[in-house]
Amino acid sequence: MNNMNHVANMTATQPREKANSAGYFTANGLEYTRNDTVLFSGLNFKLYGGEMLQIQGANGSGKTSLLRILCGLTLPDKGEVHWNGKNVHEDSHDYLRDLSYIGHANGVKTELTALENLMVARAMAVPKEAVSNCAALERAGLADYENTQARKLSSGQRRRLALARLMITDARIWILDEPFAALDDTGKKLVKEMLTEHAATGGATVVATHEPVDIQHFKITIITL
Amino acid sequence: MNTQTTNHVFLAILRRDLMIGLRQRSELVNPLVFFFIIVTLFALALGPYEETLRQSAPAVIWVAALLASTLSLDTMFHSDLDDGCLEQFLLSHHSLTIIVMAKITAHWLLTSAPLIVAALFLGLMVYLPQTAMLPLLATLLLGTPVLSLVGAVLVALTVGLRGSGVLLTLLILPLYIPVLIFSVATVDNAAKGLAITGELYFLGAILVLAATLAPLATTSSLRIRLG
Repeated sequence: MNNMNHVANMTATQPREKANSAGYFTANGLEYTRNDTVLFSGLNFKLYGGEMLQIQGANGSGKTSLLRILCGLTLPDKGEVHWNGKNVHEDSHDYLRDLSYIGHANGVKTELTALENLMVARAMAVPKEAVSNCAALERAGLADYENTQARKLSSGQRRRLALARLMITDARIWILDEPFAALDDTGKKLVKEMLTEHAATGGATVVATHEPVDIQHFKITIITL
Repeated sequence: MNTQTTNHVFLAILRRDLMIGLRQRSELVNPLVFFFIIVTLFALALGPYEETLRQSAPAVIWVAALLASTLSLDTMFHSDLDDGCLEQFLLSHHSLTIIVMAKITAHWLLTSAPLIVAALFLGLMVYLPQTAMLPLLATLLLGTPVLSLVGAVLVALTVGLRGSGVLLTLLILPLYIPVLIFSVATVDNAAKGLAITGELYFLGAILVLAATLAPLATTSSLRIRLG
């Protein structure tokens, strides 16, 4: 770990008691080594519903590794990650119900149409019944591409399809790796709107990005690796 | 997790993989063409002697089916790893074992089921006796799912490794030996008019064992590889 700062940018306007009911996410003493290099050590944070954690750092500083540890995909060398008091690497069922993850790869199948991709995503996750697949595609700016195979979509449009997947899942914690990547200004605005709405409904977000996430009225903690 | 949800997830993944497979026609056709070429090469190498071909037919068809099945294995998890879908499967709250079982079923339907139909036609080409046709069908129905099941474990163990194709072939072919021995013995015995019940029971037992353990082993292998 080169440098790590914890900066509380904005004051939480949500009462913590209300946020607590939406779940809380903690990391205690996380350490991870790759190729004999310690990427980070002694990493601690506590994140409540309605709050956001932004992870910054140079390329290769371990942002993606940290996100994969927080997801439960990778085990840390030291430390633990808890969701509502349960270790996510030992008792993950409840955590996975509450989790949505967008990694570097979009998790989009290029042989399937945009709509078919969302149908599979809906079957795999806890679906948000209030948002239909078509409505999510429309909001993501893909209304005209419902029946277009994802292979014919641009990289930005595939990112939007991954965002549409977030819209149809009822997850309380989002872990997003460079969500603004490949997106145009409208797409970036959409991500910020989605982050704001997620925080407003008591959802927690961990996001690795270099972009300023200027979301008003919600607490953002920044960690620099 | 209730049965209805489990069925829903199984069918969603099965439908997904079948749609993907049917849209990638080359991956569907290549094992079939490979199967046809190997059987033809054997027929050309053994010469146009009916008796020689008839005696070799069960072995020729089964070795060709094994190789063709191995050719298509590598695709089972590879593209899902590349496009991030495998991560999404691991992060689903649904059982990864159910997802893996759906993927193995789809792989069998897309690659082995066409081979079974083709094998019956190729059996005629190599003078397989009529009395051995049904036993050949039975061995293929019992044996090819084992190839997909056992193959899935090793594909999961080697997914994402450089040069995994060759490594996979080296690892998988020795594991197919029991299926090969009992299948060829069944068809051989049937062609000679001998009893085949014992061999079929063994094949059935191998299938039950593979169907019980392979999805769990595949799940663990995927978690190890992606962790």
